[in-house]
Amino acid sequence: MKQLVKGNIALCEGAIAAGCKAYFGYPITPQNEVPAHMSKRMVELGRVFLQAESELAAVNMVLGASAAGYRAMTSSSSPGISLKQEGISYLAGMELPAVIANIQRGGPGLGNIAGSQADYFQAVKGGGHGDYRMIVLAPYSVQEMYDHAYLAFELADKYRNPVMLLTDGVVGQMMEPIEARAGNLDAEKKYFNKDWVLDGCAGRKPRLLRSLLMAEGDLEKHNRELEKKYKSMSSDEVRFESLETDDAEIVVVAYGISARVAKTAVKKARQEGIKAGLIRPVTLWPFPSKTINENARSGRKFLVAEMNLGQMVEDVKLAVSGRCPVEFLGRPGGGLVNEQEIFENIQAMKG
Amino acid sequence: MEAREKELRKVYGKPEALTSTPHLYCPGCGHGIIHRLVAEAIDELGVRERTIGIAPVGCAVFAYDYFNVDVSEAPHGRPPAVATGIKRVSPEKIVFTYQGDGDLAAIGTAETVHAANRGENITVIFVNNANYGMTGGQMAPTTIIGQKTTTTPFGREAKRDGYPIKVCELLSSLEGVSYLERVAVNNPKNVIKAKKAIKKAFENQVAEKGFSLVEVLSQCPVDWGMTPKDAIKWVEETMMKVFPLGVYKDKGSI
Repeated sequence: MKQLVKGNIALCEGAIAAGCKAYFGYPITPQNEVPAHMSKRMVELGRVFLQAESELAAVNMVLGASAAGYRAMTSSSSPGISLKQEGISYLAGMELPAVIANIQRGGPGLGNIAGSQADYFQAVKGGGHGDYRMIVLAPYSVQEMYDHAYLAFELADKYRNPVMLLTDGVVGQMMEPIEARAGNLDAEKKYFNKDWVLDGCAGRKPRLLRSLLMAEGDLEKHNRELEKKYKSMSSDEVRFESLETDDAEIVVVAYGISARVAKTAVKKARQEGIKAGLIRPVTLWPFPSKTINENARSGRKFLVAEMNLGQMVEDVKLAVSGRCPVEFLGRPGGGLVNEQEIFENIQAMKG
Repeated sequence: MEAREKELRKVYGKPEALTSTPHLYCPGCGHGIIHRLVAEAIDELGVRERTIGIAPVGCAVFAYDYFNVDVSEAPHGRPPAVATGIKRVSPEKIVFTYQGDGDLAAIGTAETVHAANRGENITVIFVNNANYGMTGGQMAPTTIIGQKTTTTPFGREAKRDGYPIKVCELLSSLEGVSYLERVAVNNPKNVIKAKKAIKKAFENQVAEKGFSLVEVLSQCPVDWGMTPKDAIKWVEETMMKVFPLGVYKDKGSI
């Protein structure tokens, strides 16, 4: 049965279905529906909800709950996600699974509360310190908010690594019908091999979770091990959607809400007889570089549409490797890319 | 020979909750004594196999090498948040943090105050040695007025650097707090008192009484630029005047 819900509520329900045992959050617009909904649902389900004193505390509570072996999550919006970077780096270093949702708003600084895509760099290039990577999922519909929340927990456990859901205030606030998965996972169970969790050393040697490796060469070795993991993530976890790219002369690349708008613009272009197509990265890291590269055939042009001053466009350019022109259409500071603008850009590129 | 062995009775040994790893702490440092007291309390309560410790950032970051229990590291100042996360999902575990003054009362002040205020059922061992030991002796939130450190070369001055934070006094006004006591490890008598306080802080958690914190005044001879003997004298004559020993809150006794 389909339910009509907001994106932020779908995110919560996807996490609950995935057996999320604990949610720790802090108020910030436009993600306030998440802690509000979780404060009711998690308590009803006998799970853990706690409003932390800060985003720093919230992400470290997630770290603790994850260290104890349970699925845990936090959410916030851009300025709050900046504060969580410390915890994300530690989660990566300590190899702890966790889900962090960023319902992006305009920046820099306090910015505004409109939807934005300006945290792409922070999410995919390592917002925290040290060499680390995390899978970044970019839902573009309310259904995907649900599905990706569920998927994020699976991927986090699979790789013992934090996973970020990078979405924005528009997807978070909009309402659409969604279908909830059949069958919910038991939050008391431990999924995947969790022979590393801290649950008391009864009948075994004590365990240790850390990222401090002071002995000569140990940290380099640890980083090499992490590298192997990141390599398998980048070969196995790339997700994208392509639409009418086979014969496209103009390939639009967009993710999240911009992709939603771009889809309509591409359809409109097709109706007008312009051969346009769309590549929508679903994972922003690992990035679908291979697909973009394969699509970078001579005579084609690329258009990247983002709600920022040009961030993902750098990765598209790297993938295109100079073989095709890459143009950029951006709306910073909480501006929403619109269908007409994208369509006009496609038209102009057609020449 | 057999008869003689029967007569032998173990009166003193290494607690099971301590590993055999030799400590890397400086000569005359208080951490070794405090580690032992914590380990003894864990052993005596029979909770070693369900205890999870949180190591701080600071000298005691290596606590995980010394405690023979499950241990997690935490970012600087965040042990109370990490402990909260663990305790909320596994309330049957015994969770303790072991933190220094910089970790607990500077960068982690918010985490400390709010874990205390929520009455988290955890045990906090707070080691106050009036400076940042690990990084070479900088001014800590508990550095006393006039005390010279590497970042207060002319002595801590209230006008420029503010005043030493008295953690037990500060937390005593919070309703969520169950037990607060300040102890020292400067002489055998005080070590015995410190042991009692630490054990009580663990007993409170077993009895689900809520947030318990024991502040331990500890000597740091190397960073203070003193001999171990002078460092003990400084704890007694200077630190204790600013940080008086005693029970600051005990809900259980009311």
